Amino acid sequence: MMHGYLYLSIILFCLGIVGVVARRNVFTVFMSIELMLNAANLVFVTFARVHENIDGHVLAMMVMAVAAAEAALALAVVILLHKHKSKLDTNVFSLLKG
Amino acid sequence: MEQCANYLGLIPLFPLLGAVFIGLLHVFTCKRTALPEKVYGILACVGPVLAFVLALKVFVALKGLAPEARFLSYKAFTWFSVGELHIDMGFLADPLSCLMLLFVTFIGSLIHIYSIGYMGGDKNYGKFFAYMNLFLGSMLVLVLGNGPVVMFVGWEGVGLCSYLLISFYSEDRSNVLAGNKAFIVNRVGDLGFVLGMSFLFWGIGAHGFDYLSLKANVHHLEPAVALTVCLLLFVGATGKSAQIPLYVWLPDAMAGPTPVSALIHAATMVTAGVYMVARFSFLYAGVELAGNIVAWIGILTALLAAIFGMFQEDIKKVLAYSTVSQLGYMFAGVGVAAYSAGIFHVFTHAFFKALLFLGAGSVIYALHHEQNIWKMGGLKKKMPKTYITMVIGALALAGCPPFSGFFSKDEILYSALATGHFGIWAIGVLVAGMTAYYTFRMIFVVFHGEPRDHHAYEHATDAPSVMTVPLIILAIGALCAGLLNLPGIFGGDQVVSHWLAPSLTEHHPHGGVFLEILAIAASVVAFVIGIKIAYTKFGHGAQEPFFSGFADFAYHKFYVDELYDRIIVQPYKAIGSSIWKVIEPNVTDAPVKGVSRLYMVLGTAFKVFQVGYVRVYALYMVLGLGIMSLLLSQSLN
Repeated sequence: MMHGYLYLSIILFCLGIVGVVARRNVFTVFMSIELMLNAANLVFVTFARVHENIDGHVLAMMVMAVAAAEAALALAVVILLHKHKSKLDTNVFSLLKG
Repeated sequence: MEQCANYLGLIPLFPLLGAVFIGLLHVFTCKRTALPEKVYGILACVGPVLAFVLALKVFVALKGLAPEARFLSYKAFTWFSVGELHIDMGFLADPLSCLMLLFVTFIGSLIHIYSIGYMGGDKNYGKFFAYMNLFLGSMLVLVLGNGPVVMFVGWEGVGLCSYLLISFYSEDRSNVLAGNKAFIVNRVGDLGFVLGMSFLFWGIGAHGFDYLSLKANVHHLEPAVALTVCLLLFVGATGKSAQIPLYVWLPDAMAGPTPVSALIHAATMVTAGVYMVARFSFLYAGVELAGNIVAWIGILTALLAAIFGMFQEDIKKVLAYSTVSQLGYMFAGVGVAAYSAGIFHVFTHAFFKALLFLGAGSVIYALHHEQNIWKMGGLKKKMPKTYITMVIGALALAGCPPFSGFFSKDEILYSALATGHFGIWAIGVLVAGMTAYYTFRMIFVVFHGEPRDHHAYEHATDAPSVMTVPLIILAIGALCAGLLNLPGIFGGDQVVSHWLAPSLTEHHPHGGVFLEILAIAASVVAFVIGIKIAYTKFGHGAQEPFFSGFADFAYHKFYVDELYDRIIVQPYKAIGSSIWKVIEPNVTDAPVKGVSRLYMVLGTAFKVFQVGYVRVYALYMVLGLGIMSLLLSQSLN
């Protein structure tokens, strides 16, 4: 039974990675990151259930709180980026190109 | 045996403090309102005059002691101490350094007073006196130092100051080059001095490296080492005292202001070499070969410089070559182990050469910086004081009895004769005649006959008394200084020689009355012939001669400068430029530039990874984490 959860989590995480790496819209990237965080949460919760203790639950709650804070910050950054270039394409922001 | 005298340290300190004080004053005021010249003039004379007063005190103190115990010493502090080498900043006054002290401070003070008038109106008035005080202070360190190392401090100090003062009128490039030449030529000699000092330390330095310890231990020195030391130290002396082959800087040193020339030629700097040889008389006395080399180089320099002096047209260059020539006599004297005669000639020479230079300075001053003797003439009526004092100086230089130069020069020539150096004596007599000739050629052309440049002649007058009084004092010195060391044949008792005896290692030669009379007669005859030829040729006015043949060759100083330029300076420059153009870019720069190029290439290669897209960095992160996870999982298994 546990393996099902883990496979689901892996699939979600990989989807997140593909979203971050392949998509160019800032919001899509951001949502993909959230997806990865939730995949991790799923793993925590699964193992908490398997080992029958509460640590995993606690950590999942923490991750959610951090994700909420990060969302607030990231959305502000997105707004600033949009103000700067009037676009939300990540390829536009390439100042670090060597 | 040594007595302590704290005031010894003050003697060089006064001029040195004066130099610092005047220098700071000049630096802080020259940009805005310059201070009145009187302030600098008075400040500048305080140091040398106080030093002279203290030198008199030293003399009195030494005179109060028994002749064998005439040593005063003062140790200011331990300078450094490395292994067996312990060097104190110490000073030693014995009869030799006391004599040097007396005339260096006396003539130095007079030259300072004279400069107050001569340098009037110069915009770097303060700077000039700061350098002059520093010059005198360095010379006093040189004279008073209690060992070779402290002497070397002064030795380098006078070298530096000569450079600063020769290129004093630094707007003119040729003056700066003359200063450079003096400094660089002196450095060649200094290398010899340092090497000689090192050998001396290597030989007997472990038992103390001041004169008294060295003197006590000199018999431990191997003969070969002693010869090496003597010759290397003499290389130093040839640089500082302008002897063959390093004399070339002194005539060019005329580029400086005239009082500087007087200071260099009379009191400081060039006498240092002779003093050094006399100081190390305990060393030179034991090595006859070194003495002979010194004497021969000295007398040949005297001859060469006299030849050059006969054809010069610049009044200061005539005097410059006469200095080189007289220095040659001094080395001939110390070379034949007549150290007191050599030092006595230094002493009398200081008076008449300072006098001649300051007199020449007055002429130049009166004629608005005209130095060519063929543009002067008939100045006798216009400048009587300068004329009379300069004639006294010229008679002393030419060796006319009973002027000072006669006695000192005759003492050297007699010593050469009595010790069997007939060749040196013969050349010396010849040079004495030549000296009389070129000295009076200058006097006759400048002061006698008809004026050649009427405009300058009309405006010429005697200098103000601040300049003529030192001339008169020096003239009295030039007249009488010789009587101090009157030889026995004239009823004297050689006061100076006896005074110097405790400091020197010498045996007075006894050649007998016949040789003494022969020496005197030859000198007098040479003098008379020389002055006679000068009088017939120039006594009634003469036009500027056209040189050809040998005279032209001598007028161009045998092309020695050009020769040195060709065989030393140009190859040196060629080496320098080949290092600059070949070795530097290919050998030293190549690795340095290679390293930077390596990083450039690496940077270009790795640049491709920096695409600037945030998703690509995310990919790198994922890949990196993935690889790390794989490795971690493998190591766990």
